[in-house]
Amino acid sequence: MSENAKQIHLAAHFPGVNNTTVWSDPASGSQIDFSSFVHLARTAERAKFDFLFLAEGLRLREQNGQIYDLDVVGRPDTFTVLAALAAVTDKLGLAGTINSTFNEPYEVARQFATLDHLSAGRAAWNVVTSWDEFTGENFRRGGYLAQPDRYERARQFLAATQVLFDSWRGDEVVADQGSGVFLGDPDAGAFDHHVSQFDITGQFNVPRSPQGRPVIFQAGDSEEGREFAASAADAIFTRHGTLEAGRAFYADVKGRLARYGRSPDELKILPGVTFVLGATDAEARERAHVIRHQQVSGQTAIKLLEQLWNRDLSGYDPDGPLPSVDPLAGENTVARGRASVRMHRDPLATAAEWRALAEAKQLSIRELIIEVSGRQSFIGTPAAVAASLNEFVQTDASDGFILVPHLTPGGLDEFADTVVPLLQERGVFRTEYAGDTLRDHLGLGAPRGPRDGAVVTR
Amino acid sequence: MPHVRIGFRIRFSRKWYFPMPSSPSPVRLAVALDGAGRHPAAWREPGARPRELLTAGYWAALVAEAENGLLDFVTIEDSLGLRPAGETGAAGRPDRVRGRLDAVLVASRVAPLTSHIGLVPTAVVTHTEPFHVSKAIATLDYVSGGRAGVRVKVSLDPADAALFGRRTVPPLGAGQAGTAAGPVLEEFFEEAADWIEVVRRLWDSWEDDAVIRDVATGRFVDRGKLHYVDFEGDHFRVRGPSITPRPPQGQPPVAALGHQAVPYRLIGRSTDIGFVTPHDDRRAAAIVTAVREEQAAAGRESQTVHVFGDLVVVLGDTEREAAERRERLDALDGAAFSPDAYVFAGTAAQLADLIQAWQGAGLTGFRLHPAVLPHDLERITRQLVPELQRRGAFRTAYEADTLRGLLGLPRPANRYAAA
Repeated sequence: MSENAKQIHLAAHFPGVNNTTVWSDPASGSQIDFSSFVHLARTAERAKFDFLFLAEGLRLREQNGQIYDLDVVGRPDTFTVLAALAAVTDKLGLAGTINSTFNEPYEVARQFATLDHLSAGRAAWNVVTSWDEFTGENFRRGGYLAQPDRYERARQFLAATQVLFDSWRGDEVVADQGSGVFLGDPDAGAFDHHVSQFDITGQFNVPRSPQGRPVIFQAGDSEEGREFAASAADAIFTRHGTLEAGRAFYADVKGRLARYGRSPDELKILPGVTFVLGATDAEARERAHVIRHQQVSGQTAIKLLEQLWNRDLSGYDPDGPLPSVDPLAGENTVARGRASVRMHRDPLATAAEWRALAEAKQLSIRELIIEVSGRQSFIGTPAAVAASLNEFVQTDASDGFILVPHLTPGGLDEFADTVVPLLQERGVFRTEYAGDTLRDHLGLGAPRGPRDGAVVTR
Repeated sequence: MPHVRIGFRIRFSRKWYFPMPSSPSPVRLAVALDGAGRHPAAWREPGARPRELLTAGYWAALVAEAENGLLDFVTIEDSLGLRPAGETGAAGRPDRVRGRLDAVLVASRVAPLTSHIGLVPTAVVTHTEPFHVSKAIATLDYVSGGRAGVRVKVSLDPADAALFGRRTVPPLGAGQAGTAAGPVLEEFFEEAADWIEVVRRLWDSWEDDAVIRDVATGRFVDRGKLHYVDFEGDHFRVRGPSITPRPPQGQPPVAALGHQAVPYRLIGRSTDIGFVTPHDDRRAAAIVTAVREEQAAAGRESQTVHVFGDLVVVLGDTEREAAERRERLDALDGAAFSPDAYVFAGTAAQLADLIQAWQGAGLTGFRLHPAVLPHDLERITRQLVPELQRRGAFRTAYEADTLRGLLGLPRPANRYAAA
């Protein structure tokens, strides 16, 4: 590989509370014990990954009016576990998903600025917005947001935290024991911010952190999400399984940056991907087949089908044909607390596609769900997977990957031991960390002034 | 050997030690960590590290020192605003330490570096979500292996409310914030009691054996062992269950500070540890009585509620040296330091005398606020602790590996579990 090959960015996603994570495997460990987080973080740091990534969900999922019990359930508090991981790692970035609907900017800014101090510049924030009243029932502020307010809330939330992060320049703490001046500027941290969602004033009480602001992630592929990312994010967590789709997305999002005075390097595009390795391609395919059947049991297949059908399908045989009834139109009342149900934008059309596919390939319900949901992104020998990952990056389908292992906590071990050295041999992945902060790892400069021209501050 | 050596695990046992008749009962000791120390001029002392107050290394070193002294726990102070109530902008004093880190995250950052000492960060209840704080403290309990607690703090400062912009707090009037009774104070403490109730219910919202990983039936959890908490109060409603399984201790200890009747009620009714601020042993006895009355009124006589005396400590090798240190600090600040808690200046042996005398008034432990960090903390761990050990009044090794264990609190049954 030539010297100016694009460098790949890699991140480790702690296995989530969904059916990608296989808990029935004897090698599956605790989803909650700190030792699991330490294992994954240390593996990622040993392999010189850019960062560890934690997702979040603020209400246990329900289906058919009951707590969903087929997947892993339960997770720790994002900030608290990341702060503890800062103690057992030195370089690894620490990225947390934090919701802009069920928090307030002052509190979140304090927590991220604190995490950035305590990790010496390794904090990142995946800004998400959710709006369902179902999740809001866990919070004193409630949760409802009208449709037009959703991205507006996220935008304003992020802008408000940036006002808070930027309320300290970094030189205010003098701490001169001789003269007795601790704070050189009495107005340090002052802010006065009034917009439609937030009406806040005072002095922020966390002095400027090593990165200035945490690295900002945005997740989501919608039109609003792309524009939000182009205007305000440092990285985008996306899903695009094929080279073609990845390239189209990459070109589209990078093309939006100029409007905001940003260069293409200032926004990294990092799809979340899964992988299965094997000594031969055939062995990898066989392992992938086994894992898919662990991920999609007969019961799980029915539950996933219900999420599209929006009906109770418990009477159907997972080894039998698809239901002949159509999905129930309208608000999804069967599955709650799941982002995925919102992606079924046209359930009738999707059902028609699935029926056609099942008919053409003679698939049962379970086989169909295995076919249409979450097939592994990269399957093969370490050499084949390394080559495919590199092709994605070198041909501008992504800038790197957020790897989602299917096992907690050891699901990344084999990748770290076999694929990473091959990427390093190709000269497309670091063999040592060049810097100390996550901004350094991602090749991002210091944060610039507020980017969103729509932000009104007085 | 004048002291009792405690050499067995007591995690689930209520009667955890057997005091020898000739032996004084052991005292429990905590230290309060805040900035460069409790005295406002602490940062100007030799040995202070005022430019490191926002680094992980600073906090890790302090907590390690406290653990070397076998202390029960550290509290980590927090507040939302940059300055105390009433002191804003240009009117503020440039010679005071400003800026701090979120206390829960500081506690979590040091948890993997320590193994026995309890970690009790402050959480402001007035502007925060009990759901978030409940899972944060549960997570602190996981990362520390059962050593988490939380000190709840009410914010009556209208300036704090403006930082969030979601509610207004009526001004209490100058000088009233710490002492006033009245409807506003009572309402905010009622809300704090509700907040604690929600946090506690959420900790219990998963039974200990809710995760079953039953491959045969495909079920990861037994949903019959997950519980909606369905709290409805005057200030908020919370549905539950938590997203975080029940923490290792079941219920991490909850603490609160009180100077008067309204917070004493909160301590007696809702907490496991009260921090109180008597200035002599008579007053200590009166406060303990007041807390015990509230405890009884809440039907909690059978439960352990610790009452810890708060003391600010300025320690010296001689009484004179300590007095001079105090004078020097006061001179640097330009005023005699008179916080809510009693300020002790003297030798470690004199402090041990005071502790044992006040213990006789019914206090079950002490939270010492080192006037200067790390100086007075090191005097506590290296002089006071050995002195108390010589008197048979303090542990010589950690006898438990959870905070509840150190405090003699049994691991509680889950309120939602079938008896």
